[in-house]
Amino acid sequence: MGHLVYLALLAGCLIGTAPLEVLLHTRVYARWRRLVLALLPTLIVFTLWDLYAIQQGQWRYERRWITGVVLPGRLPLEELVFFVVIPICAILTLEAVRRRRPQWAIGDEAASSGESRDARPGPADRKETRQ
Amino acid sequence: MTYTVLAVLGVLGAAAVDQLVLRTNLLRRKAFWTAYAIVLFFQVIVNGVLTGLPIVRYNPHAIIGLRFVYAPIEDVLFGFTMVLVTLASWVWLGARAARRAR
Repeated sequence: MGHLVYLALLAGCLIGTAPLEVLLHTRVYARWRRLVLALLPTLIVFTLWDLYAIQQGQWRYERRWITGVVLPGRLPLEELVFFVVIPICAILTLEAVRRRRPQWAIGDEAASSGESRDARPGPADRKETRQ
Repeated sequence: MTYTVLAVLGVLGAAAVDQLVLRTNLLRRKAFWTAYAIVLFFQVIVNGVLTGLPIVRYNPHAIIGLRFVYAPIEDVLFGFTMVLVTLASWVWLGARAARRAR
């Protein structure tokens, strides 16, 4: 059972934040395409960082607490899961803050509310629409 | 490069992404700092388990040696970088969709 500790910790993070989607209607999982795209840069950059650190001997993982499923570069599977789970938790948290404090601008308001669209598009906006 | 150097570069890189590349400007938004404070609270707990058991061990030569709840202080910068890059990407995608919807 010890081998599942790291995975269980990550599962706990997902389970712990799931009520935000249900109770606060954060609509993070609901907007899954945007979610997948938002996760990609973090997943790539931090996987590379992790691989570098492992290769340089900056940190290592205790076999006792991980499944032993290891990806190329000696990267434990759990690390990849970590780089997906923690960002999801962060996004859920931001959206939860938005739900509780709608008056705090985040910068993407029209998309998140889906209704309060700006009725005065500037020339730059029109240009981007055509792309 | 040591973890210490990389962690500092990570924060600077993430700030550049937010301020200059994606121009999401999250670093000046109350909603971001509130969300980050909440994430940081839980990070201390989860990272405390990771580094306290420990699931991950650090090479003493790669870190400065300062620790908070078992975790090397560099982990705070690592976590901040991760949260800022992720949220900047999320908000940028949303802002782009909003512009296209007009």
